[in-house]
Amino acid sequence: MSSDPHHTPKRKNITFWLSLVLVGGIALAGVLSFFWTPYALSDMVGGRLEAPNATHWAGTDRLGRDVFTQLMVGARIALIVGLGAVAIGAAIGVTTGILAAFATRFLDDALAAFFDILIAFPTLLVAMLVVAAREESSLDTAILALGIGLSPIVGRITRILTKQVLGQDYITAARVSGTSWLSIVFWHILPNIVPFLAVNLALQFGLAVMAEASLSYLGLGAPPPNASWGRMLQEAQGTVYTAPWGAIFPGLALFVLVIGINLMADGLRDSFDPSKRGV
Amino acid sequence: MSNLLTVNNLTLATADKVLVEVLSFSIAHGERFGLIGESGSGKSLTSLAILGLLPPAIRPMGSITLEGEEIVGAPERLLGGLRGSVVASVFQEPLTALDPLMPLGRQIAGPVRRRLQREGRDRDRATVKGEVHDLLDQVRLPDPKRLYGSYPHEVSGGQRQRVAIAMGLACQPRLLIADEPTTALDVTTQVEIIRLINTLVEELDIALLFISHDLAVVGQVAERVMVMRHGRAIETGDTQQVLTRPQDDYTRNLVTAARRFDDALEGQK
Repeated sequence: MSSDPHHTPKRKNITFWLSLVLVGGIALAGVLSFFWTPYALSDMVGGRLEAPNATHWAGTDRLGRDVFTQLMVGARIALIVGLGAVAIGAAIGVTTGILAAFATRFLDDALAAFFDILIAFPTLLVAMLVVAAREESSLDTAILALGIGLSPIVGRITRILTKQVLGQDYITAARVSGTSWLSIVFWHILPNIVPFLAVNLALQFGLAVMAEASLSYLGLGAPPPNASWGRMLQEAQGTVYTAPWGAIFPGLALFVLVIGINLMADGLRDSFDPSKRGV
Repeated sequence: MSNLLTVNNLTLATADKVLVEVLSFSIAHGERFGLIGESGSGKSLTSLAILGLLPPAIRPMGSITLEGEEIVGAPERLLGGLRGSVVASVFQEPLTALDPLMPLGRQIAGPVRRRLQREGRDRDRATVKGEVHDLLDQVRLPDPKRLYGSYPHEVSGGQRQRVAIAMGLACQPRLLIADEPTTALDVTTQVEIIRLINTLVEELDIALLFISHDLAVVGQVAERVMVMRHGRAIETGDTQQVLTRPQDDYTRNLVTAARRFDDALEGQK
């Protein structure tokens, strides 16, 4: 609950609104892609490798498909995979983290060591192992794989935060007044770790979006006909010198979304702090 | 008359250190008992042992009975029942003893709701809220409506401690343990809180275990006191007796030091 005195409300607002515009813009494109795209995703609607122009706002790829359409569908995939992965990572991580904090010495040490070992593996590697284990690359597999990959980081942070809260007098006070452990978890521990956790989960969301792009780049993400920014980057790789926009646009979209999410994490932290409410 | 709390030959030790040694005392129903000692004398540990909240590394030996129930070695289920029905506690630092992210009203409502459930009464919102308002009145807090929705950081230290006391009283305990409840407060607030604790204990006819290093404070509250040092009881007796005619050297030093301090203050006036 550290408050930064130099963090003036005005500046906070600007970064927060900027993050809303960045993430909101991508989210809008993603949602819109369910109902409308300029062209059908897999149709070859133009010449090959056209530069951005009035009919193809982001140009076309080497098969003559509209890049802007792919970007819109890619936004949808990035958000679905990112949110899904964070949800799964949070469910696994928060549960095991709280369990570890409450557990006896031995179980706690075992879980903590387990988190550390899993964290030592790059998230992407863990995700690749999960994809390999399921023997198919699908949207669900990508979400599950990245969720599992993120869970040890969430678990470790949850464990540390929970231990901090457990050491506080108000937990002792709650126990003295006869509160059950379950109520303590829901009424005291979760509300007190959520502000810190939420910021971290938002950052994990950014990481998940990038990891999804990496999985797709490696051909382990959502398979066609889903468009993914990662796969677009991979497909544009061969023509990056002759038609750079094929790589620039998905790269830019990825950058905008991830930086927007990171800025949002900042705003989220402030909005959870009751001492800053109404400032 | 049987005692509310009986501590018999209590010894608290970690693997390599004895922290409290063969301590025995008892508190009768409605009695106000003071525990005096410097920091590290084991007084807070003793209170934790009574609440059954010792850290796992510390093993209790001996016996603690609270309304006839043995605390030492008791299962968590029994302890959970005793806490919040027979015994309640007020802590030293009210800022950390209250959940920073929960409105004050809801913090008091928790134990109120559990008591109503125990008594088999209605637990609807209006009843609970009414009880919480009564408690806020009881601890002489003004403007209960505003306080109900306030967060701990929005009220003063003295008000926080009053809320903490209200939380302790919410379950209508037979014994209130106050562990240095005035140490973190400024002197004028200290006086108010001590007066409040005295009045409440009288009004509600509950027993009090008052823990402090401050002789003067304990003298204002307790009928009987025990002086502790290095985990041992040095002297037990009537408050007047112990504070005016101490038998033990250590107690005598404490009293002289306190008196000298008071004299110095007087001299400045």
